[in-house]
Amino acid sequence: MPDTIPAPALPVGHYGYDQVDRAFLADRVEQFRDQVARRIAGTLSEDEFKPLRLMNGLYLQLHAYMLRIAVPYGVLDSRQLRELAHIARTYDRDYGHFTTRQNLQFNWIKLEDTPDILARLADVDMHAIQTSGNCIRNVTCDQFAGAAQDELVDPRVHAEILRQWSTLHPEFTFLPRKFKIAISGSPNDRVAARFHDIGLVAKPAPDGGTQFDVFVGGGMGRTPIVGVHLRDDLPEEDLLAYLEAMVRVYNEYGRRDNIYKARIKILVQALGTEGYRQKVDAEFAAMNRARYRLPPETVAAIRARFGTPDLHAPDDAAAQLDRARRADPAFDRWVRTNTNPHRAPGYISAVISLKPAGGIPGDATSAQMDLIADLADRYAFGEIRVTHMQNLVLGHVRQDELYAVWQALRGADLAAANIGLIGDIIACPGLDYCSLANARSIPIAQKLSARFASPELQETIGPIEIKISGCINACGHHHAGHIGILGVDKKGEEYFQLTLGGSPGSDASVGQILGPALPEDATVDAIARLVDAYLVHRTGGERFLDTYRRLGAALFKDAVYATA
Amino acid sequence: MPLLENGRLVPDIWTILDEEAPFPATGPVIVPLSRLEEGLARAPGEKLGVAIPQDAEIDTLRTVLPRLSLVAVTFPIFRDGRAFSQARALREHLHFTGEIRATGKPLPDQYEFLLRCGVSTVDLPPGSDPEVWARAHTRFRTAYQPSVLGERAEGVTLRRVL
Repeated sequence: MPDTIPAPALPVGHYGYDQVDRAFLADRVEQFRDQVARRIAGTLSEDEFKPLRLMNGLYLQLHAYMLRIAVPYGVLDSRQLRELAHIARTYDRDYGHFTTRQNLQFNWIKLEDTPDILARLADVDMHAIQTSGNCIRNVTCDQFAGAAQDELVDPRVHAEILRQWSTLHPEFTFLPRKFKIAISGSPNDRVAARFHDIGLVAKPAPDGGTQFDVFVGGGMGRTPIVGVHLRDDLPEEDLLAYLEAMVRVYNEYGRRDNIYKARIKILVQALGTEGYRQKVDAEFAAMNRARYRLPPETVAAIRARFGTPDLHAPDDAAAQLDRARRADPAFDRWVRTNTNPHRAPGYISAVISLKPAGGIPGDATSAQMDLIADLADRYAFGEIRVTHMQNLVLGHVRQDELYAVWQALRGADLAAANIGLIGDIIACPGLDYCSLANARSIPIAQKLSARFASPELQETIGPIEIKISGCINACGHHHAGHIGILGVDKKGEEYFQLTLGGSPGSDASVGQILGPALPEDATVDAIARLVDAYLVHRTGGERFLDTYRRLGAALFKDAVYATA
Repeated sequence: MPLLENGRLVPDIWTILDEEAPFPATGPVIVPLSRLEEGLARAPGEKLGVAIPQDAEIDTLRTVLPRLSLVAVTFPIFRDGRAFSQARALREHLHFTGEIRATGKPLPDQYEFLLRCGVSTVDLPPGSDPEVWARAHTRFRTAYQPSVLGERAEGVTLRRVL
């Protein structure tokens, strides 16, 4: 067995707090303790307390309080994951749920426990700040950042800058509606940049620095819209100034009379891309640019607080991986489906599927969290990433050690070979937890993943994204699913409406409704027929999405409704 | 209503006029935006303030601002954060140096945000506990972004020392 990698002084992959950051978090915890005490004493009404608890990630759901903990740009260290496991065991029902915003939710929390939980989180430099409320939410990022072969710029330093800048922002904490930013540094969009309020893609600037593509006004919900491209040349030093201008225009002109029309996408549509751009440019021209300038020294100072992995693989690492793959077909399949090429020779990124056949997408038990934390310490510099697909990633694994990682995962029901395949389903919490939902998303996801459990079958079907939302608010991203499933209520019965052709990536598109909604017990069979129709009609290595785009909806409509 | 400045209660010298109330013979008055012309017609020596609604365009005050000693912004509900941007625009775009007063229903938990956007006084909503507001004023020692107060940056970081 390999030696354990010694923990570096700074956490690999995310910003390392210093005493000032820790003092800030401690102040924040005390502030919330005070607010909870005022609520319990009755001097704060529920109406007044609600936005304050939401700003600390505390929701009141169908059965209990839910606490949503921020995982900035989706990167955790092993110490943090162990603390989450501890909280799951001590204050919840022994599991946590990883979300599409790369966060973690606990679903069974007591109000009076939350100040203590937040204090425990603060001990490991974590918090729940702005995981809810009409403010700038947790900034999401490419799960392979800093590791992917196709990446041009590691976006995590800028994600951290945005995290800091947006934290208790004095002007932008009471926006018309929530505000979500995603950032990538790869031309292959893995963050759904075009489905965010603001999507940023970092790339090298002609002068050798960094600049950004800026997308604005994308989103899902009741009005799914692919974001518009605002500019392709935002210099790094203007990043914060320009975002200030973008968000300020939204704060001033975004609608506040109807929460379903309050997101920035509605404003951008109302003003038109040019109209919005003009207002932003006017604001940008008028503002104190020196004050909001992001100087390279600041970027460097924040970058210096990131630990970096010391990547040294043995010369025969790739050869050892090849040998292990040839010797074990199940491992070979998992490597094909669950890994991503690494920029460094001898390394690879491994995706830990939180989508076992018949399981609840994104759930992990405390024992699984502890095991993954141990694996991260031993094989991946103590770093764990959360993906917006609700899986986990070990970013930097030596190829000669991957087989050992897989064996350990397999022993904990964490080695489903289904990343990007039909079992890799996104589902919102649905009516099992959420007071907004019309239908239960989780059982559909469980039945689908059980139906398509066979790894051979999944690999035969190939890349396909199924996304399930329990209501029109679209937390399960159904609009961006190759196959989207939306729960609707028909006279008290749960029905499911199918949409086809959505995509979250560089070829972003909104799925189109296929036809009338189906009863719960017919939905899984209908999707099986739809998949069969695809297998009959696809040509070459065509993905489901490509076949749909080539042939249109008619044949899938026939397949779904012919015998329904 | 009690007026808060720098976390302490201070006397309020201003008379607030509604849409109809007659102007007092002398003394500082705050007029609604709709009566700004009437206010400007008073003797130049009299201090004048204007109360603007949350959807007012700040730029429309540009030409009259030199005559104004006070601008009152409002939070009809605490969730309506437009007045934060108005206060900031007054300070940052129009370089207004007079008093910016927050009215309506802000929460004590928003006090630091108000100050950092350029608000100088808060007309405390009925039932407010000034102690809670005072605590909110001293709660944090650090912020993570520049503000109109121009707080000192901590080295080259984004952090500001409050």
